[in-house]
Amino acid sequence: MPADETAAGLPMGSQPATPPPAAPEPAPVKYERLLLRHRDIPDLHRLEVYRQHGGYQAFKQVVTTLTPKQVIDEVRASGLRGRGGAGFPTGVKWSFLTKDSYPRYLVANSDESEPGTFKDREILERNPHQFLEGVMIAAYAAEAHLAYNYMRGEFWDIALRLDAVLDELRQAGLLGQNLFGTSYSLDIHNHLGAGAYICGEESALLESLEGKLGQPRLKPPFPADKGLYQKPTVVNNTETLTNVPMIMARGAAWYKTIGTEKSPGPKIFCLSGHVKRPGNYELPLGTTFRHLIYDLGGGVPSGKPVKAILTAGASSTVLASSDELLDTPMDYESVAARGGALGSASIIVLDESVDLAWLTLKTSRFFKHESCGKCTPCREGTYWMLNILERVNKGNADKADVDLLQTVALQIQGKCLCPLGEFSVTPVLSGLQKFRADFDGHTRDGKGAPAKPSAARPAGTAARPAARKAEPTPAGD
Amino acid sequence: MLIDTHREEVDRILAKYPADQKRSAAMPLLYLAQSAYGHITPQAMEEVGGLIGVSSTDVAGLVGFYSLYYDRQAGKRRVQICTDFPCALRGAETFAAALCQKLGVRLGETTPDGEWTVEAVMCLAACDKAPMFQVQDADGIHYHESAGPDQPLTVDQALDVLANYTSAGKGG
Repeated sequence: MPADETAAGLPMGSQPATPPPAAPEPAPVKYERLLLRHRDIPDLHRLEVYRQHGGYQAFKQVVTTLTPKQVIDEVRASGLRGRGGAGFPTGVKWSFLTKDSYPRYLVANSDESEPGTFKDREILERNPHQFLEGVMIAAYAAEAHLAYNYMRGEFWDIALRLDAVLDELRQAGLLGQNLFGTSYSLDIHNHLGAGAYICGEESALLESLEGKLGQPRLKPPFPADKGLYQKPTVVNNTETLTNVPMIMARGAAWYKTIGTEKSPGPKIFCLSGHVKRPGNYELPLGTTFRHLIYDLGGGVPSGKPVKAILTAGASSTVLASSDELLDTPMDYESVAARGGALGSASIIVLDESVDLAWLTLKTSRFFKHESCGKCTPCREGTYWMLNILERVNKGNADKADVDLLQTVALQIQGKCLCPLGEFSVTPVLSGLQKFRADFDGHTRDGKGAPAKPSAARPAGTAARPAARKAEPTPAGD
Repeated sequence: MLIDTHREEVDRILAKYPADQKRSAAMPLLYLAQSAYGHITPQAMEEVGGLIGVSSTDVAGLVGFYSLYYDRQAGKRRVQICTDFPCALRGAETFAAALCQKLGVRLGETTPDGEWTVEAVMCLAACDKAPMFQVQDADGIHYHESAGPDQPLTVDQALDVLANYTSAGKGG
């Protein structure tokens, strides 16, 4: 049980149908923020401020007193798991590097593009040094002398600032040759992508970094064996790396006191959708949905019940809301036990006005647009899912077309080269399973009337909270 | 030629990658070419290909694959509104429609004065600041977001933002 779950005022027994009428004040934070420390320490993005707060001490200690293997062992002992979505143990990933094969590379995955995910951006903007110190320590552990920070192209202005930060670090002797008088040398460069979700997949990212189309590689070999330029490479998510300096500064045993036994540590939850206070919330893994959505997020603006929750952006299983779900701890195991996956922890709240036929139209359009085209099930399948969903949403479909949608999704499932294709069917199949009436309600033979008022809303008007002002013609879906 | 007009930047970009891995410089060089020429022209593809030792056909493949490169001229700048579902849940589609109406275009079109091409785009990692948009111009990409959940970006504010670009000649 994480510490802040004991916060007073947690509406443990309350019904989702009757959330608190007014937004309550956020519960007092008993928990010390470790990743979003800039919210507590002004100007932490400045080198001198970061150093005043112990910055780069861990890196110095690592380089001057520890072997790479000792660093890997400590991170492995901490139980840190990858924060980009997969949740794979970070120290274990580092230990897979092929022995006696050099040079090696460290690559930070700052391609953050999953709809609903905006945590790495805050780290890069506000707490860049802690992230970069994590890159440095990870590079040392990997015995890499060159590291790249691959950012999505839209983070253009952030990249300009980070370029200046890297220059500052070189001048300060924190990057360069013979660091702290040792034989270890390291440099880091930023690299901007150019608008391709698929480059968040690590092997596609490496292809892109090599100047090629961002298409995933067949695995194995994994990047730890043949990564960047076919050399052993560690690819870690930005948030994952930002954990590393704290682990090395305070120790694995301390780190394991946060979160749950199998999902230790803090996590940044990106809260969006139908909540009063969307934003990033750093909490111990294992905090409940209810605490995040109601106590911290202020609940649903419309006062309507929560219909469903997405936990991993567009890649989510649609989790139908219930008291049991709201009281589920947000950690990798507990969310999996509910049939979903914590993923990147982008918690998107859907109130009862949301029509799942509309939502899956949006997710399918996303995946169709972002499919890299390399494997047929994804390239063709996402096209056909979108095609059917467009017809369903326009009312030009029969119930048999909804069945066809399910068939197409099942044909994609389990047959794709990479997770993107698999993700594309997750919201569709779970949406159909739990909210089939939303789809049938649009069809010509779906008993005429919709099963629920929301399912027959005029296009583009009801999937939002109470309109701020009347807008007759929506531009979108 | 970029190598003549932007020698320093080309060298700086190439220096970031191992000497035998020049191809890694493709993406930053394409941004440089796009900034210099307004869009990625056939000549730019030849030049970038020449700098990194790949064919212009391979470079054209990159331009086609990645959303932020353009092989033809549109408006002077692009205003790209996120209408992906987390933003749509917070009013982004309504915002996009109203902004289009004010600018007298439909999504995908360019304003008659050639200043703006208005587009709907996928998630930009700003879901808590919806509605929001980015402006892509010769200077790069810049975010414009709602100040907070209770202060959603209005169409009038957005028009002011756009007017600032055109009046300052920023990125023109």
